[in-house]
Amino acid sequence: MSRQLFARTPGLKDTVTTYCSGCGHGVAHRLLAEAIEESGARERTVAVAPVGCAVYGYDYWNFDTTEAAHGRTPAVAAAIKRVLPDRLVISYQGDGDLASIGLAEIMHAANRGDRITVIFINNTNYGMTGGQMAPTTLAGQVTTTTPLGRDSATTGQPLKVAELLATLPGVKYAARGALHKPGLVRKAKSLIQKALAVQEAGLGFSVVELVSLCPTNWGLTTLQSVELVEKQIVPVFPLGVFKDESGAKAE
Amino acid sequence: MSAPMFMKGNEAMAEAAIRADCRFYFGYPITPQNEVPAYMSRRMPEAGGTFLQAESELAAINMVFGAAVAGARAMTSSSSPGISLKQEGISYMAACELPGVIANIMRGGPGLGNISPSQSDYFQATRGGGHGDYRLIVLAPHTVTELAELTMDAFDLADYYRNPVMILGDGLLGQMMEKVEFPEPEARRRTGLLRGRPLPPKDWALTGAQGRPPRLIRSLLMQPGVLEQHNFHLAEKYARIERDEPLAEVIGCEDADVVLAGFGTSARVAKQAREMLRARGIKAGLFRPITLWPFPYAQLAAIARTTRRFLVVEMNLGQMIEDVQLAVARERSLKDATIALLPRPGGGVPVPEEIVDKTLEVLR
Repeated sequence: MSRQLFARTPGLKDTVTTYCSGCGHGVAHRLLAEAIEESGARERTVAVAPVGCAVYGYDYWNFDTTEAAHGRTPAVAAAIKRVLPDRLVISYQGDGDLASIGLAEIMHAANRGDRITVIFINNTNYGMTGGQMAPTTLAGQVTTTTPLGRDSATTGQPLKVAELLATLPGVKYAARGALHKPGLVRKAKSLIQKALAVQEAGLGFSVVELVSLCPTNWGLTTLQSVELVEKQIVPVFPLGVFKDESGAKAE
Repeated sequence: MSAPMFMKGNEAMAEAAIRADCRFYFGYPITPQNEVPAYMSRRMPEAGGTFLQAESELAAINMVFGAAVAGARAMTSSSSPGISLKQEGISYMAACELPGVIANIMRGGPGLGNISPSQSDYFQATRGGGHGDYRLIVLAPHTVTELAELTMDAFDLADYYRNPVMILGDGLLGQMMEKVEFPEPEARRRTGLLRGRPLPPKDWALTGAQGRPPRLIRSLLMQPGVLEQHNFHLAEKYARIERDEPLAEVIGCEDADVVLAGFGTSARVAKQAREMLRARGIKAGLFRPITLWPFPYAQLAAIARTTRRFLVVEMNLGQMIEDVQLAVARERSLKDATIALLPRPGGGVPVPEEIVDKTLEVLR
């Protein structure tokens, strides 16, 4: 007697990943796809893919997707939502896209309370272009553009997006999760589910920041990357729910 | 036609957009086009549409991108410095073959320039403007009524070709109040630039993959050869536009010893100068392109068969004159032609008398 324990979600296409070994995007994609599929919204979802590694999100997501110019992802998503207010609109962004070039767009979409859900992948660097410093890069972290480690005296401190956005009244849900442990993966899914529910209830802007892994650009194995996230990144980017005005009790 | 109304160009353009079923407008303040967002903010809610003041020109054009992705008729407007900022989004729209209307109510440049009327964005508008090989359909009205008519046409052409369309006006046209009559939208679709052609269904728009496979809108084409093929596909569309859409107003060129050439406001001034010249017995004609891209090369070349002297009047340092040279060169050697320029850059506006004087100089 055999029993199927795990299967592809209909929210994802039946394809092979081209993301790097150990990359967090695959897990994040699956969590988003599962949450959308399980809420019954897959056929009325429109997603916006960023410039960065996750531009290829549409190779995996089994729902309508458009690209956006670098950082303009929330502006594109906000307009889609205003044209199609009964659809579920997702803006999926990395840290270069959201926290650097697109900071104006994310702040104003959040401040307007645009009824979109932002999935923000924080892996402390620009992945697609080979690992440059991002606004989220840790102090002292070596990247291709901080060969001696990020000098906070001249390049600033890691930008804490979830906490920053949580200060804005238009934001009804802001949380940070992580993807490096099974328990945290399950927790991250519940954060995404809550964020989607906030949008579906028409409450306002919701964002889930996910601390992700980038073994390739970090120059580490996947296991070493898990350790780096646990010991160095999560202490700088604490996990938790920074704002929940969904009206329901947080888990 | 509607009853005649007395309106500013900017307001007439906004009203025409709404009459053409534009229901999404995204703007950002910049002089001399501020009446457009002001009018839209009041009228769009009445029309059941959405006005949104974006945080920047970058956001505004990308909101047009997003609204177009979702299948809506959408518009933004700005003036020269703001249009520079929109170039990124316009390039993406052209690449993704998304319809949309962008109005550039030009002001003096370069840089912050001034807020006086100008035509110095001709190159930017007609050569694409942003990165990559692409073209916009560019329409150049010279009266407020024509601005209203071409605004309605702009939405139809954008949908017909799945291509962004730019309305290239200037601060004078935007700020000037004059009588305007709005055509009935259905009638205009027959008599205007669409010429009654049916609009294709938006079977590419993202609306949620209900009962169908997911759709994708993208411009990143990394597989070997795919982007090259996409560029050839765009080129084929541009060739059809160049074949079918060039349009110019031609007045009194049959017997002309000299032809005045200009677009928009400078053509309007040149029209009056032409009448003054004719009143003095000088055989002057007028060539006024209405589509700047595609430029009406063939129409101008036909004029060059019988006329060898041209005076190009532009509110810039001489940009459209290059297209005039290309057109004339189709019919005669440029050694055998006189193509003079009356340039008024940096916010200068010509008066009819100086065009008359310059024309007399050309004929001397």
